[in-house]
Amino acid sequence: MSFSMRKTYAPYVGPYDPCPPIRVKSYDTPPQLYLGFQPPGLEQFPPREALRRGTLWRALYSPYENPYKPS
Amino acid sequence: MWLYEKKLQYPVKVSTCNPKLAKFLIEQYGGADGELSAALRYLNQRYTIPDKVIGLLTDIGTEEFAHLEMIATMVYKLTKDATPEQLKEAGLGAHYANHDRALFYHDAAGTPWTATYIQAKGDPIADLYEDIAAEEKARATYQWIINMSDDPFLNDGLKFLREREVVHSQRFREAVEILKEEQGKKKYY
Repeated sequence: MSFSMRKTYAPYVGPYDPCPPIRVKSYDTPPQLYLGFQPPGLEQFPPREALRRGTLWRALYSPYENPYKPS
Repeated sequence: MWLYEKKLQYPVKVSTCNPKLAKFLIEQYGGADGELSAALRYLNQRYTIPDKVIGLLTDIGTEEFAHLEMIATMVYKLTKDATPEQLKEAGLGAHYANHDRALFYHDAAGTPWTATYIQAKGDPIADLYEDIAAEEKARATYQWIINMSDDPFLNDGLKFLREREVVHSQRFREAVEILKEEQGKKKYY
């Protein structure tokens, strides 16, 4: 896939901000923003896996984890 | 007409009695961008949308009810054995005073569901754009709830529901493309 599912930006940090600044903020840009009309013949997950993931199509699978969680 | 299958679309598992999470989850039950709003919005709009996309609204609207049922199960499991004291600590004291442990269609802040959350403008593009926005807002809501939840079983179910929002958004976007299609033109895929 030629896109990233998360984009980042660096908001202004003021000298008197009351909370410790989060210097890099991020937001989700999931695959449906890029796919356009789904072309035929895309790669599929095996049926059982598709039921678990919530989509049959690899190109539409968008994993999500809490971005605030220390990894 | 509907046929009812006596099972959930995706198994719902909860690891701890955590009524605080139920308070957040209720946003997806009776909130503006919740599953009830979604189901009623799509199943109502479908009467006045071009034939080519009626089936899509029927299918997705129906699935939203399956999601509503999953959220209800999650909320129920998180609260069913909580004591009034625990509910009070979780910020659900006001809810308990009015409803005991019964579920109710309101959002995380206690505002009751209202039909003003949904729209049927009758203009197919306006309605589908609302539907796309609704799916993205529901996806975001799932993300914010996952960010606050440390229950791995619950998050597994929430991630499934979030993925369905992604797929629904994709299909609504395709519906717009179908309606935009120039008539009488040759199609190339």
